[in-house]
Amino acid sequence: MTGNHAVAYGVRDASAEVVAAYPITPQTQIVEKLAEFVEKGEMRGRYIRVESEHSAMAACIAAEACGARSFTATSSHGLLYMSEMIFWAGLGSFPVTMAVVTRTLAPPWSIWNEHTDILSQRDAGWVIMMCESAQEAYDTAIQAFRIAEDERLVQPVMYGLDAFSVSHTAEEVDLLEKKDVEGYLPPLEPSRLRVYMDPENPGTFGNLVGPDRMMEIRHSIKEAFDRARVVIKDAVRDYEKISGRRQVGLIEEYRCSDAEVVMITTGASSGDAKDAADYLRDEGVRAGLVRLRVIRPLPREEISDAVKGAKVVAVVDRDYSFGYGGILAGELEGYIGKKMCRFVAGLGGRDLTPEDFKGIAMKALEMGEKGDVSKEIWWGLKG
Amino acid sequence: MFLEIRLHGRGGQGVVTASEMLAEAAILEGYHGQSIPYFGAERRGAPVVASARISDKPIRRHGQVYTPDTICVFDTMFVLRKDVREGLKEGGTAIVNHKKFPKIDKFRVYVVDATKIAVENGLMVAGWAVVNTAMVGATAKVLGIISKEVLESVVRRRWRGELGDRNLRATLRAFEEVRG
Repeated sequence: MTGNHAVAYGVRDASAEVVAAYPITPQTQIVEKLAEFVEKGEMRGRYIRVESEHSAMAACIAAEACGARSFTATSSHGLLYMSEMIFWAGLGSFPVTMAVVTRTLAPPWSIWNEHTDILSQRDAGWVIMMCESAQEAYDTAIQAFRIAEDERLVQPVMYGLDAFSVSHTAEEVDLLEKKDVEGYLPPLEPSRLRVYMDPENPGTFGNLVGPDRMMEIRHSIKEAFDRARVVIKDAVRDYEKISGRRQVGLIEEYRCSDAEVVMITTGASSGDAKDAADYLRDEGVRAGLVRLRVIRPLPREEISDAVKGAKVVAVVDRDYSFGYGGILAGELEGYIGKKMCRFVAGLGGRDLTPEDFKGIAMKALEMGEKGDVSKEIWWGLKG
Repeated sequence: MFLEIRLHGRGGQGVVTASEMLAEAAILEGYHGQSIPYFGAERRGAPVVASARISDKPIRRHGQVYTPDTICVFDTMFVLRKDVREGLKEGGTAIVNHKKFPKIDKFRVYVVDATKIAVENGLMVAGWAVVNTAMVGATAKVLGIISKEVLESVVRRRWRGELGDRNLRATLRAFEEVRG
């Protein structure tokens, strides 16, 4: 099944109680499939057709405030239109989960893959994860509820699927037994929520808070995020038990321990980079890879540990912040403790193959040997 | 084993569905399978490309297919197009929907009259022959790793009842009639 359908199956198997749906390419298949599940009675959730993405997130926040497990999905412009409510969910500690099919922002118009949309929401108080495959999309859809609702965290989780290369690519997906998911994901008890609104006993949320209390409220979210690493690791470990499949925690290390060059990637093309590392090793170049599965909280210590044996590190950003650079490279700079080359690649959906990653790794080695890694490389830029 | 198959057709011929069926059939045969669509501005009748990968190891990559082992040409007219053959490995296989037997240098050519099979089974949408199930049947035969039983199961999962019967007949007939 496709990555989009895998997310829908995950949301069904996690027994989401509210789905707020608004269509946008390349996400629409997720909410279409969920509509089918609700119609057939395979899912007992309430399916709310809203009039915009902004309203979709508002509906999810309201549902969570009443103790209902809620989900929505969006992409690119829908995500930005939703942005005000995304901050409300994060800063209000409502454990919503959302799939984001990462797509380039216009203008000029594009429907293809890029990660700048999801990364634009990185300061909103959400856990941010990225999926490499349809299988991981299914697994993440379930794990996201567990992470979001964990009483040590209680914050929303969004997870990215690369447009088309995960969202519409059909792959093998193992589904879990309903009873196993039920054991993994207990019902959302209102006592766990930071904000619970009892419809029988109405109250309000979001009143004016003066400068005397706001810092403390923000600090409590910071502390929740300090615990997020452990929450995610626990969620992944328990999921391994019910699925019998190995799961990636914060980062995936691939052939890193003896690598002279380590690429740092996230999302679908990490698989192409793994194949590239294998090809390079066949040719006598010790290449490895760190894949970021989690971007918030940013696993800086784990990454710097993983690359400690490398001569040079190549961060590959499929996103860009003008006047700053690739977003991941900028965030990791100063934590890597190694020569770090910055690559910008695959913007606007330009395809990335194992050949591209071989080239990137070799270029990084060459730059490392020359001792100058200051230049940001736009990979494959046409003249 | 690592096989890459690229499918060329027109919007409305069911190219993406065919690539998904091939991947699914491979998985049912115990291989790993992946179907990769290429999405552009789809319109009925415009050229469409999709690819499938079949491997005995897990498939990790997600990029498009540039150097296929096999191409499946859904539209007779496309045999003449250079971009359809682009990247096809030397000695690679071309499975073509054609009445005659086109000669394509350097490649092994297999032919099936998928349009006729589709029309005779009533597989028409808006005046177009939907040739995907016939092309899947022919491709399965040429690849030699997908059985008729698995094909039947893949077709039945997608189409119920009488429409399923007609698609299955088209699939199995192409499986028998493809020649090389």
